[in-house]
Amino acid sequence: MTVVVAIGTRKGLWLARSEDRVTWEVDGPHHPMQEVYAVAFDTRAGVRLLAGVASPHFGPGVSISDDLGATWEESASPPIAFPVEGAALERVWQLQPAPASQPGVVWAGTQPSALFKSADGGRSFEFVEGLWNHPHRPEWDAGFGGQAVHTIVPDPVDPDRVLVAMSTGGVYRTADGGKSWEARNKGIKAYFFPDPWPEFGQCVHKVAQHPSSPTRFYAQNHHGVYRSDDGGDTWQSIADGLPTDFGFAMVVHPHDPDTIFTFPIEADGRRFPPEGRCRVYRSRDAGESWEPLSAGLPDNFWTAVMRDAMCTDTAEIPGVYFGSRSGEVYASPDEGETWHQVAAHLPDVMSVRAAVLPT
Amino acid sequence: MKVTVLIPGVLRTATDGAAHLDVDVDEPATLAAALDVLADTYPGLDRRLRDERAGLRRYVNFYVNGEECRRLSGPATPLAEGAEIQILPSVAGG
Repeated sequence: MTVVVAIGTRKGLWLARSEDRVTWEVDGPHHPMQEVYAVAFDTRAGVRLLAGVASPHFGPGVSISDDLGATWEESASPPIAFPVEGAALERVWQLQPAPASQPGVVWAGTQPSALFKSADGGRSFEFVEGLWNHPHRPEWDAGFGGQAVHTIVPDPVDPDRVLVAMSTGGVYRTADGGKSWEARNKGIKAYFFPDPWPEFGQCVHKVAQHPSSPTRFYAQNHHGVYRSDDGGDTWQSIADGLPTDFGFAMVVHPHDPDTIFTFPIEADGRRFPPEGRCRVYRSRDAGESWEPLSAGLPDNFWTAVMRDAMCTDTAEIPGVYFGSRSGEVYASPDEGETWHQVAAHLPDVMSVRAAVLPT
Repeated sequence: MKVTVLIPGVLRTATDGAAHLDVDVDEPATLAAALDVLADTYPGLDRRLRDERAGLRRYVNFYVNGEECRRLSGPATPLAEGAEIQILPSVAGG
């Protein structure tokens, strides 16, 4: 079995390859000096690698490779462009291939906060007007990293149902293919407002779902860890048992909808893991209880793991992966039990995705 | 009328290697109009110089006969016959 891990950083993309998920060969940088906030493997037909790239000088785009980074293709005309006055693409935060039943469909979440849909595998995208025209939009504010749609969760069965999350703004859901959207933040706290339970305006950092449980979602919030069992209508805290309720990442096990992984960070005003200890937390019971995973992970780890810098692969015993602002990347070949360093001394890691190559 | 655009090395992958481009632009000509003409032939260059609203990218400088366009009239800076537009990226960052 060969596994490839794509590591998007603030200054380019690296690719790590392993047969045993313990020892790794790393090559890069691809797209040197470009921010790679979004990376995705599209394994619906072959293996396509998509990267949301952004040069601070020459602007953003989407780059595609069908040969695992040997060659890259980027269209001459901008693949994602705002067709409305007063907005221009600043950065692609999320690239999300749709389920296999919708070949060619890839969603993109952007800064400023908007959603785009591709029907040709990511070569060109169409603007989703319904979200842009939402009456709440004038009140969506920028988080520290900018105002962006950073999370897209397409329903595993119904192509008309999609959930997005944005900072700030929170969770929005469509059931009609993107024409209309409803805020879905009931139970998610926004402590930074005088009314901490608003309809929208939350700073939801990440939402994840398992395809076999389409009405269940997990969310890591800007303080708060939540689960919804009713498709996002209401959210309940699952933070008990974690050392802190702050963090960015939220990842679901590929074969078990009750198993989730997160990387707790002490507080919004103190963005280090508690006591500087690098720890992934895992729940086997949908967030009712948590256990720290530490075998092979360091102490004195004064850095943080960003919202898209954690993932799993899809192997029978899945691997778990994360990268840090300090440019370190770790892999676990056994669902988080033990960890091995994949790379170190890279630029700030912003996105990590893994794929098992077809044999 | 004709104006000349000088392309920096880092952007010549988008101009098939060309360092100088002669652009034929209708009068009265402006910097934006010259860039529009250039975009028709080299869309991959244009997206690195301007966003989709034709806004000049912040760290790309456009010198019109030696003067940065933002000290003149920006994209609306008028061009005379034979004007030279030198594109120079200001590569900032850490």
